[in-house]
Amino acid sequence: MRGELTILAIAFGYLALLFVIAAWGDRRAEQGRSIIGSPTIYALSIAVYCTAWTFYGSVGRAAETGPSFLLIYLGPTLAMLMAPLVIRKMVRIAAAQRITSIADFISARYGKSAGLGAVVALIALIGITPYIALQLKAITLSHAVLVDYPPGAGEGREAAPFWADKSFWVALVLAVFIILFGTRHLDASERHEGMVAAIAFESLVKLAAFLAVGVFTVFVLYRGPGELFARVGETPGLAELLSLSAVPGGALGWVGTLLLAFLAFLTLPRQFQVLVVENVDERHLRRATWLFPLYLLAINLFVMPIALAGLLGEAGGDPDSFVLTLPLAAGAEGLPVLVFLGGLSAATGMMIVETIALSTMVSNQLVMPLLLRTGRLPRRGQGALASRVLAIRRLAILAILLLGYGYHALVGDAYSLVTIGLVSFAAAAQFAPALLIGLYWRGANKLGAGLGLLGGFAVWAWTLLIPGFAQSGWLDAGLLTAGPFGIDWLRPYALFGLEGWDIYTHALLWSLAVNVGLLVGVSLFTRPSALEQTQAALFTQALHPRLDQATLWPGQTPRGELRALLDRYLGAAAGARVFAGEDAADDDRPAPAALVARAEQALAGALGSASARVLIDSVVRGEALDLEAILGILDTTSETLEMNRRLEQKSRELERIGAELRDANARLRELDRLKDEFVAMVSHELRTPLTSIRAFAEILRDNRDLPDDKREHFLDVVVRESQRLSRLIEEILDLARLESGRLTLHPERLDLSALARHGVEAVEQVQQARGVTLEVAIDIDDAPVIGDPDRLEQVIINLLDNASKFADGQAPRVRLALARHKRGFRLTVEDNGPGIAEDERERVFEKFHQIQHQDDGAIRGRPRGSGLGLPISRGIVAHLGGRLWVEDAPTLGGACLVMELPEAPAE
Amino acid sequence: MISPRRKERLIALIVLATALFTPPLLLVAERAGLALPLYVFLAWAAVIALAAWLAEGGRGE
Repeated sequence: MRGELTILAIAFGYLALLFVIAAWGDRRAEQGRSIIGSPTIYALSIAVYCTAWTFYGSVGRAAETGPSFLLIYLGPTLAMLMAPLVIRKMVRIAAAQRITSIADFISARYGKSAGLGAVVALIALIGITPYIALQLKAITLSHAVLVDYPPGAGEGREAAPFWADKSFWVALVLAVFIILFGTRHLDASERHEGMVAAIAFESLVKLAAFLAVGVFTVFVLYRGPGELFARVGETPGLAELLSLSAVPGGALGWVGTLLLAFLAFLTLPRQFQVLVVENVDERHLRRATWLFPLYLLAINLFVMPIALAGLLGEAGGDPDSFVLTLPLAAGAEGLPVLVFLGGLSAATGMMIVETIALSTMVSNQLVMPLLLRTGRLPRRGQGALASRVLAIRRLAILAILLLGYGYHALVGDAYSLVTIGLVSFAAAAQFAPALLIGLYWRGANKLGAGLGLLGGFAVWAWTLLIPGFAQSGWLDAGLLTAGPFGIDWLRPYALFGLEGWDIYTHALLWSLAVNVGLLVGVSLFTRPSALEQTQAALFTQALHPRLDQATLWPGQTPRGELRALLDRYLGAAAGARVFAGEDAADDDRPAPAALVARAEQALAGALGSASARVLIDSVVRGEALDLEAILGILDTTSETLEMNRRLEQKSRELERIGAELRDANARLRELDRLKDEFVAMVSHELRTPLTSIRAFAEILRDNRDLPDDKREHFLDVVVRESQRLSRLIEEILDLARLESGRLTLHPERLDLSALARHGVEAVEQVQQARGVTLEVAIDIDDAPVIGDPDRLEQVIINLLDNASKFADGQAPRVRLALARHKRGFRLTVEDNGPGIAEDERERVFEKFHQIQHQDDGAIRGRPRGSGLGLPISRGIVAHLGGRLWVEDAPTLGGACLVMELPEAPAE
Repeated sequence: MISPRRKERLIALIVLATALFTPPLLLVAERAGLALPLYVFLAWAAVIALAAWLAEGGRGE
C-alpha cells in the first residue's frame, strides 16, 4: 500500500478528481446553474484557511507550546462573527466595483492608485512566498515519512540536485494544474466557481482525514480520552503543556497572537479571494458566521490528544509529523494514506487559491500598469489583450510556485512549519490598517496608506524576516544578540529595548504602531485628490442606499470609441455584453454615463481598477473631475440629509400655504358676510324713506278732501324723503365707486382756506335754522393743496353737517378751524356733543355705522345720517393723499374730526 | 439588511466572545482548575451555538 508508485498514483488520482470537480463547476457556471450557490459550500471554501500548516503544524505547535495553536483559530472565529458587519461591506464594495483581489481593493479605495496596488502586491508576494514554500515542504515531508517509515532512508534528500527533489516536481505539477483550471478564461468577474467547488471538496477531505486519525489515536491507541489524559497526568512535564504558561509570551503573547490571527484572516490574499471575491451572494455570510467556526473547532478537537499521544508514545521524530507517524507506528495500513491525502488536500487547496490570488495581483497590479504606462500593449486585433493577460497570469503562476520552491530549497529548513506561517500572517496583517480603517474612515488617504504600508512592512522585515535569514546562517547571528553594528536598541527581537515578548507579538506591536501611526498621521495633514475622495465615500458609505457611480462621470466619450476599447481589450463578446440593450447604430453619439461606468467595471474585472481607469481615461475627453461637483453629487449622507431638509422645507411651505389658504378663506367668508350685511343695510336704508313716501302718497290719493295745511305738510314730507332717498342713492353710488376704485377725481391746485369758507357759507343758513352756533377760525390766508374742489367741499359740508347733528341738544355749537401743521394743513371740525368713546372712533368710519344716542328722540328736527358720509369722506381724503380721523375736541369738549392734507408743492 | 436588534445581539456576542477568549477570564478558568484547552473548547462551542442561533433562528425578527 505504501509503495512509491502507489502513493504517486493515489496523489495524481486525487488531483485528477479535483480537476474533474473544478471542470464540472465551471461547466455548470457557464450554463447558469451554479453549484456553489449554497451557503454551506461558501463556508467550506473559507476553510482553505486550514492549510498543511494546520494539518501537520497544529500538532507540532501543540507539542511545543501547548494551547497556543488554538489562537490561530480563535482569531478567525472572532472575525467571522463580525462578518455580517465587516465582510458584508467588503463583499458589497467588491461586487459594485468589480474588485479582483485585496491589492485591487486597497488600490481602489485610495483613488484607484496604481502605486498602492503595486505596493500591496509586492508585499503579498514577499510575505506569502514562504507560506507557499511551507506547503511544498509539507507535501514532500509527508510523502517522505509515508514512503520511508521507519526513518533512516530519507537522509540523502538534501544533497540531491533539484531535479531529484520531489518538491520541485510537486511545484511544477501544481503549476500546470492551477494554470489549467485557474486561468481558463478571463471573465469580466474574476470568479472561479470550479475552483471554489474543488476547494470546498478539499475541505471535507482534510477534515475527514484529520478526524479519522484523531479517533484512531484516542479510541484505538487508547481506550478513550480518559485513559489518555490519565497517562498524561502520570507523566511529569506533560500536564504543563495544558496551561497558559506553555504559551510563548504568556497572557500578552496570547492576546498578540489572537489579534494577529484575527487580522491575517481578513487580509491573507487567499482568504480575501474566497471570502470576498468568490462570494456569489452576501446572504451566504449568515451561515458562514457559525459554520466556519464550527469547522475550525472540529478540525482542532483532536490536535491536543494527538500531540500528547505522540509525546507519550514511542513514535518519536518531528512533532509536525505525528499525524502520520502515530498510525504508521501502530501498523495501520490504509489510514496513513488517508492522512497523506488529507495533508495533500490542505496544501494544494491553499496553493491553488493563494497562487491564483497572487497571480491576479501580479498581472493586474504589477505587470499590466507597467505595460500600460510604457505603451507596450497590443493596439490591434480584437481581444488581443485578453490572451496577453492570460499569458501573463500563467507565467505569474509558474513564477510564484517556483519562487516558493526556491524559498523552500534555500531557506525553508531553518524554520519549523509554525514559524513560517506566523511570519506570513504578520506580513498580511500589514494590509489591515489600510483595509479596515479605509472601510470606515473617509479621511484616510493614499499617501497615508502607502507610507503606512511601507513603514509597517519595513518593521515586519526587520523584526521577523531578517532574523529568519540570520537564523538560517545567511547573516551574522550576532545581529540578533547585539544588534546591527552593536546598536543595542535596534535588536530585531527587542526593538527599543522591549524584551521578554514573544517575537510575533513584538513584531505585530511595532509594525502596526508604525503602520497605523503613519496612515492616520499623514492622512490628517495631507489632502486627498478628487478621485480619492470619491472612492473613499463610495467605500465608507457602501452599506447605505446605493449611490450610482454613473452620476460621477462628467466626461464625454463617443460610443464607437468605447466599444472599440472593449473589443480590443476584452474581445467582442465582452463588448457586446456591456453594450447589450444599447443602440449599435449611432456610434458618434456620446455614451451615457451609466454605459461608461459599465465599461470601466468590465475592464476592472479583468485588469484591476487602476488599469481600467487609465484605459477609460484614454478615451474620455474634456473631463477632469471637478471636486466641488463630485462632492456635491457624491456624498450620500449629505445627499440624503439634503433630501430630508428639502422635504422638510417643502412640508413647512405647504403648511404655511395651507394656513394662508385658511386665512384667505376666512377673509372671504368675512367679506361675504359683510357684503350680505351691506346689502341688507342698503335695502333697509332705502326702504325707510320709500315706505314713508309711499304711505303719504297713498293718504293724499285716497283722501282728496284733506285740509290744505295737512296736504301741504304731507307733500313736504314726500319731497323731503325723496331728497333723502336720492342723496342716499348718490352716496351709495359714491361708496361703490370708491371701493371699486372707479371714483374719478379731478385734482387741481386749490386754496383750502377759501374752500372751507365756501363750505361754511353753504351750510350757514341751514345751521342757523337749526339753531346751531357755527364758529370759524381760519388763521391762514393761503392753504394750497391738491384736490378735487367739489369733492373736498362735499367732505367739509359733510363734516359740518355731521357735527351739528351730534352737538349738544340745548345749545349746539360747532367750530371749524384750519391751521398749518408741519408740511400740510389740518382742518378740524368739533362740536360740543357727548363726544365719541375711544373704541368707537374707528368704527364711525364703517359703512352704515350709527352712533346710538340715549336721547335719540331729543334730536328732532335734524335729519338722521345715512351712515355713509364719513366712510365716503375718508375715502376721498385718502385718495387725495390725506388722512381723516377722530380726536377729542380741544375747545368745545365734544367730538373732533380732523382732516389733514399735504401742502401742494410750490408752483 | 440586518435588523437593528440582530445587529445589537451580534455585537454583544462579539464582545462576549472576545471576553471569553482573552486572559482575564482565561486565567480565572485556569485557576478554577479547568484545563485551558478544555475551557477554550467549551467557550468556543458556546459562542458557535449562540452565533448559529442568532444567524438561523432569529430570522423572523
